[in-house]
Amino acid sequence: MKYAQLLLPFIAVFALGCEKSAPVGEKAATLHLATIASEEPIDLQGAGATFPYPLYSKWIAEFQKVDPRVRINYQSIGSGGGIRQIVERTVDFGASDATMSDEELAKTPGKLLHIPMTLGAVVVTFNLPEVAQLRLSRQLVAAIFLGEIKEWNDPRLAKLNPGARLPAKPLTVVYRSDGSGTTAVFTEYLSSISAAWKERVGAGKSVKFPVGLGAKGNEGVAGQIKTSAATIGYVELAYAKQTALSYAAIENRAGNFIEPELKTITASAASTAGEMPDDLRLSIVDAVGADAYPIAAYSYILVYQNQRDALKGKALARFLWWAVHEGQRFGPSLHYAPLPVEAVSKIERKLRSLSYKGTSLLDDKK
Amino acid sequence: MRFTVGRESDERDAGRLRLWPAAIGAEVNLGDRLFRILTAAFAALIVLMLAAMAIQMTRASALSLSRFGFGFLVGTDWDPVRESFGALPFIYGTIASSLLALIIAVPISLAIAIYLSELSAAPVRRSLGFVVELLAAIPSVVFGLWGVFVLAPLLRDRIEPALVPFFGGTANGFDLLAAAIILAIMILPTISSVSRDVMAAVPKSQREGALALGATRWETVRVAVLPSARSGIVGAIILGLGRALGETMAVTMVIGNRGEISLSILDPSYSMAAVIANEYTEATGELHLAALSEITLLLFIVTLALNAAARFLVWRVARLPGEKNRL
Repeated sequence: MKYAQLLLPFIAVFALGCEKSAPVGEKAATLHLATIASEEPIDLQGAGATFPYPLYSKWIAEFQKVDPRVRINYQSIGSGGGIRQIVERTVDFGASDATMSDEELAKTPGKLLHIPMTLGAVVVTFNLPEVAQLRLSRQLVAAIFLGEIKEWNDPRLAKLNPGARLPAKPLTVVYRSDGSGTTAVFTEYLSSISAAWKERVGAGKSVKFPVGLGAKGNEGVAGQIKTSAATIGYVELAYAKQTALSYAAIENRAGNFIEPELKTITASAASTAGEMPDDLRLSIVDAVGADAYPIAAYSYILVYQNQRDALKGKALARFLWWAVHEGQRFGPSLHYAPLPVEAVSKIERKLRSLSYKGTSLLDDKK
Repeated sequence: MRFTVGRESDERDAGRLRLWPAAIGAEVNLGDRLFRILTAAFAALIVLMLAAMAIQMTRASALSLSRFGFGFLVGTDWDPVRESFGALPFIYGTIASSLLALIIAVPISLAIAIYLSELSAAPVRRSLGFVVELLAAIPSVVFGLWGVFVLAPLLRDRIEPALVPFFGGTANGFDLLAAAIILAIMILPTISSVSRDVMAAVPKSQREGALALGATRWETVRVAVLPSARSGIVGAIILGLGRALGETMAVTMVIGNRGEISLSILDPSYSMAAVIANEYTEATGELHLAALSEITLLLFIVTLALNAAARFLVWRVARLPGEKNRL
């Protein structure tokens, strides 16, 4: 036993050495040998979005049980930081709520893939002690955040919510002051439903809001809304659930008022899966489905198609494969909507294209 | 932290400075020379670090410097979507919140310092002094949370509605006033404890002299203590100002984070440190990053400039003849 352990590194080195000179056909087999021979832990570094962090932490802990050798470290430094780090190749994978633009992708040192991992939603949350339920039409959401609705008892609001006792109080908008994927998704939604918003404000992680107060982080927005009556703002669904904030039902493209729930969010993704382009970058705000909640988005992991390290690349490919399949069942309890099956088949094809020196990193059986 | 007080210590310092090089020249000791070179190198490191930071920040903001030039300083539009960047609202917010904090904190701090060093009984002095210093050890995020959950609702519901007729603006609770109050509380322990130390260092004979001439307690403080402690007190205020200018977390949690200049202290504002902390982590556009770097550079310059101005003030004040009882 002892001797075998002593020999292991040499076997591994020998195997890797062979691999250099081996003809193409034998490469996969040699790679396999190297994987088996190594008892060393494989460390993967990831960094990026804060939104999926609770889910990724859960996945990392669970995947450890699937493959104890793989140790994954994920730093939730924000999507922007995740993109910067993967472009600099200081991490093995990045994570971002927003997709990278063509311009940004042109500057990367290798072909970077977007892998959708989970779904999130942004909810319009409000604090009116007298009102339990609120319905907002497409025009009204835009009008509120453009600052066109000044009082809660505005006739347009009252007409949509006949039962609600709307107070004669000034309406205060609260927005995220820090750059965030939440703001990116929300402003993208507003830009897609309102020409006025698109022209005056636009979409992005940090935008110039026409009215309101800025609060830092989901917790800041939730805190301000919770402590001040007559406020309205937007936070991630999970955050609104955890802090027991009220949120509005939003009119979708089909004209139905939809509450944000895991199944209505997945419905958004499912109804648009057919439009998913080959590079998987897809905005699903204002989706077409009859029961689709309109402010939803994919959260992505960013990986290089051509991995530079066979062992790490293989571990990463297997982790991602596991996460979009078995991993999805850990989502709902943490308020992350599972990916629709229509999207998963496209993601599978993409994951198979992950390679090391031209050889796919996933076994054929998958 | 000690500030030189009174003539006696000045002379002692000067004497030591004269003796020191002579002592080194006299004994040619390798250890001493090495020690001197080593300490000098560490001292030089400070200067080098400042220079390296300035160079790095200038480099990082090159794109923004060339695109906007001087207009960056006076521009009032900050729109990352349209890549239009102007820093004036942030410069205004930083300076206004810090100065307002000083206006609130300085009189209170001086009152605390005078009470602790001149008027209180020894047990009170020790325990109260300890509590004041304890206040300085509280992390800023704690002040920020207290601001969000206690101060802002209090301001919004009870205090600001009464102020709106005088100052304009709206009673939101998240505004320049809230930021200034939080900052004032945060710099209070710094200013009061340093001022107290400085006053305590004023020689007892000066107080006794004033009392012997028939001065009341207040007159003694005014005539014998404050003038001698003057430069030290200004030093304490500078320390407080430094903390206020750079404070990020507590400010961003209560200032309202709106990049607009309003003359009302009841309107939301934004500070340089806050916009950097808010937007840097998620910024991906090159121009946006460069503009944020330029804000960093500006904060660096504003802090240095205000500190230099305050030091100049100390120097001027210290040169004024002590007999005139001016603070």
